[in-house]
Amino acid sequence: MRSAERSVSEKFDDAAARQRCMRYRRRILDISQKVAALHAAPAFSCVEITDVIYRGLMRRESDGKGFSDVFLMSKGHGCMTQYAILEDLGILSSEELDRYCTPQGILGAHPDRGNPGIEASTGSLGHGMGIAVGMAYAEKILRSGKRIFTVLSDGELQEGSSWEGAMMAANLHLDNLLAFVDLNDIGGLEKMSESHTAFYPLREKFESFGWESAAVNGHDCAAMYQAVSARRGGRPYALLCKTVKGRGVAFMEHVPIWHYRSPNKEEYATAIRDLKEVSA
Amino acid sequence: MRNTFAKTFFEAAQKDARLCVVVADISPAGAMDQFRKEFPERFINTGVAEQIMIGMCAGMSIRGLKPFAYTIATFALYRPFEFIRDDLCYQNLPVTVVGIGGGVTYSTLGGTHHAMEDVAIAAAIPNMRVLAPCDPEETRAATQWCVAQEQGPVYLRLGKAGEPVITGNATLPFEFGRLRYLREGGDACILGYGPILKMGIDAAAALEVKGVSVSVVSVHTLKPLDREGIANLLGRFSRIVVLEEMVPQGGLGDAVKAIAWDSGSSCNIQCLSLKHEFIHCYGGHKDLLAAHGLDVGTIVRALDAT
Repeated sequence: MRSAERSVSEKFDDAAARQRCMRYRRRILDISQKVAALHAAPAFSCVEITDVIYRGLMRRESDGKGFSDVFLMSKGHGCMTQYAILEDLGILSSEELDRYCTPQGILGAHPDRGNPGIEASTGSLGHGMGIAVGMAYAEKILRSGKRIFTVLSDGELQEGSSWEGAMMAANLHLDNLLAFVDLNDIGGLEKMSESHTAFYPLREKFESFGWESAAVNGHDCAAMYQAVSARRGGRPYALLCKTVKGRGVAFMEHVPIWHYRSPNKEEYATAIRDLKEVSA
Repeated sequence: MRNTFAKTFFEAAQKDARLCVVVADISPAGAMDQFRKEFPERFINTGVAEQIMIGMCAGMSIRGLKPFAYTIATFALYRPFEFIRDDLCYQNLPVTVVGIGGGVTYSTLGGTHHAMEDVAIAAAIPNMRVLAPCDPEETRAATQWCVAQEQGPVYLRLGKAGEPVITGNATLPFEFGRLRYLREGGDACILGYGPILKMGIDAAAALEVKGVSVSVVSVHTLKPLDREGIANLLGRFSRIVVLEEMVPQGGLGDAVKAIAWDSGSSCNIQCLSLKHEFIHCYGGHKDLLAAHGLDVGTIVRALDAT
């Protein structure tokens, strides 16, 4: 175990990831002061997940600019996190992110295909899995070696279409498809663990659909990196990431209203003051 | 039409390795079987699962392939409707959705298999183009257009099998977005789309015996509609019958009337379509159409009496 942890830390700097993630959260909170539509809490639950994908797992093009692997934000309402990371990577300009949700800008509260770094338009849930399966299959028959990384919400796995896709992914032996499920437990209305108990167990569902699967703490970048690095391969891969909706801002954590709301001035001040590095 | 589509697609797919077919548990007919044997990776069967059929097409298109989704029209369009709207049309991806058995072609299978509203529904979505060829020859030309185009999504509405060729005397070749005469006559005009135009051809022949000279026009491209071509027809003829195997709402009939209003035409326009009801009648395709009030006699009476 010790040596495995050492080898991970050599490849993935966990301390740097924690700093980045705090920066992304701060950036999202700053933007929250300009617009009402934000989806802050669902963005905060997938900050570490999205960071480890972009910074640890996806391969860069040889020119160092773009990525040879492909990212798809299936839970479109988490796109603030993706925008903040794309800005950090220099793919999305700060000017553009400053124009978020304004008539002068191009960025909306769900990602639109054609914008910098955005591969597909999502927002309606249950669509990302199918698109990701098509992408992964295309890369297979094009012999490109590219992998598709997608971030799904737990809520959208209630959509039957997600499971049509999951089934086809295994039928087509898409071992180049890696899905990260953001298990923040809170839907638009209530806690899934209380209202939809038959949704669980999830890992067994994926495995019975022919996927390889593992479960980790979705705020622990090193653990997620290590889990993916240890995958056996040969099948599509689902990493079930236990997360906290609103993670990083104490008063948002576990509180459903922050799915939609932007903090007011006082709340913003509190959030910035309390913002700390999230540790596993 | 089904076989002609398959043959035309297969010919194109031999030259363009990006062309793929994604079906939802429908048996490959004719050349589609050959395509499957020759290019097994490019023929995907999702099983009875239409949402992933469309979703996969979107993902494959984004990554550079040219997929066609293919199944019975109701399942091609209605079941995965929001996936067609969001994944294909919102993202404006060059994916062709092929609906087999448009209208009440699958006559004995009941209302679950009748695509009676498909043209109106497909045409309502931004970016979607709608094609409905009338015979195997027009199917060939429409398919050739679909395999070549790179602009965005298309709904290709086909019949089933065994449709006769009725475009043999057409004066102009198929051109996307332009209506064309299948036969020319000066007294009146029948315009429509799809295999039901055979009924229009038969009615025109019957009217000729009665001394009424009738044009028959194929409006194979329902979207973008040839508004100028239709306005010209409205100027040329005083009597027009619009014939369509679709519900009365949102189809060619409504469009022709709107164009007539816009162009100040005083043309007498009669719209013959499927009734706006589910009819529990089981028989041949002709029997179903007759139950909806569509037969040669109805068209003849519409133009003979006026």
